[in-house]
Amino acid sequence: MKKDIAGFSVDVTEEGYLVSSAQWNKDIAEAIAKELGLGDLTPGHWKVIEFLQKDFAETGKIPTIRRVNKVGNIGTQELYALFPEGPLLKATKVAGMSKPVSCV
Amino acid sequence: MKRVLILGAGTAGTMMANHLNRKLNKKEWTITIVDQYEKHYYQPGFLFIPFDIYSEKDVIKRKTDFIPKDVEYIKSAIELIEADKNQVVLKNDWVIPYDVLIIATGCEIVPGEVDGVMEAWRKDIFDFYTIEGSVALREKFKNWQGGKLVVHVTEMPIKCPVAPLEFVFLADWFFREKLKMRDKVELIYVTPLDGAFTKQRCSDTLSYLFPKKNIKMINNFSIPHVDEKNKKLISIDGKEVDYDLLVTVPVNMGSSVIERSDLGDELNFVPTDKHTLQSKQHENIFVIGDASDLPASKAGSVAHFEAEILTENILSYIANKPLTAHFDGHANCYIESGYNKALLIDFNYDIEPVEGTFPLPGVGPFSLLKESRINHLGKLAFKTIYWNMLLRGIPIPTVTAELKTSGKKLNNPANLS
Repeated sequence: MKKDIAGFSVDVTEEGYLVSSAQWNKDIAEAIAKELGLGDLTPGHWKVIEFLQKDFAETGKIPTIRRVNKVGNIGTQELYALFPEGPLLKATKVAGMSKPVSCV
Repeated sequence: MKRVLILGAGTAGTMMANHLNRKLNKKEWTITIVDQYEKHYYQPGFLFIPFDIYSEKDVIKRKTDFIPKDVEYIKSAIELIEADKNQVVLKNDWVIPYDVLIIATGCEIVPGEVDGVMEAWRKDIFDFYTIEGSVALREKFKNWQGGKLVVHVTEMPIKCPVAPLEFVFLADWFFREKLKMRDKVELIYVTPLDGAFTKQRCSDTLSYLFPKKNIKMINNFSIPHVDEKNKKLISIDGKEVDYDLLVTVPVNMGSSVIERSDLGDELNFVPTDKHTLQSKQHENIFVIGDASDLPASKAGSVAHFEAEILTENILSYIANKPLTAHFDGHANCYIESGYNKALLIDFNYDIEPVEGTFPLPGVGPFSLLKESRINHLGKLAFKTIYWNMLLRGIPIPTVTAELKTSGKKLNNPANLS
């Protein structure tokens, strides 16, 4: 479905994740963050977002919290402070990525 | 002589030894398999031991009983995989060169990853992912007076992701029907996921069973630690769950030899092409079963389907042909739900578990994503199939490596994840 975010018309899933990361930009990220109640994005938030995007580009997989910690050098306490209650679910949404699903 | 070297004689490695033994030309190829342990465990049976449905004799046989005579079997721990030199170093510094390496070293629980767990390990905190754990829990249940029984998943991925659900469903049945003390037991299921399971439609079906069985579910419970003195499980964001008896599924990690050899990711799983099963780093290394980082279930059924694909691809690889066999992520799992019933799910990378019939379209006898008695009988019969057919690489009639879409209700496009 279509949704208007920060003045851009983008395709999103029922849960509000961008269908195509090609439609993502920083204004959209700021707008989604506000919608999630995260407020203005700080350098700390951007460090997480950039790591998620970079790691996904390299591995083709959304990193786990453990990987964000070990490879991205972002502490898990810090990650929860930045994106409370389900940090990966929120951070991936802000980063214009798909919803992380655990492999079954 | 050239050598195919298989590391690990568990479910996946044993099946590969049997498949390749039939297919490779013995004048050119030696097949060698290495494992440090003598016993082969039927791991799906561990679930039944705490409830006294199976005992040790149901789940333990000798590994060598399932390795073909023509396959060279070495009982040793593995020190290091030297991929750049195409050789493996064993514990006694014995070096084995290879032309093709198959990594089938599996995964294991690492309870020490959660603070506080080891302090009360097998006193108030138990696992059922090892023979020692499930036997210890059986003994614990014999004298337990009741209270809060918390069944807990630490972090995904885990081996057999439906097992903790089966455990809590069986616990409901066990305390009600067998011990007649269900009124003294509070059952609580704690998971890092936002539902009972990772696939939506299956999660919905299973979530419905929770209130019906009077089991409380607590979701989104992440990065826990244990306060073992006050018997509390605490998440990183401060949520607390009290327990009297904690049955935890610890973090699952690949073998430490993968870490030592610098071949794994942050959980020691080997990055692997999800279709060809070839290592992403080395073209003569292939990975099968729980050892890989594939986005598929860590389960025996997956290893079974992978083994057929991998056998084809290894034959292609040694003939210098492209790897054309593609694994589709096919998994097939029985889910025990207690009271002599079970559900069955059949799915792959792209198709979620849905309703239908299996293995014969429209006929069954098994029904998908629905509780039935015959599914339960299927689960029990599977033990015999495992020991006699699956491990020996004998095909199971009508069950194919590739998921069948016939017999499945796929008309809802939302099933395509």
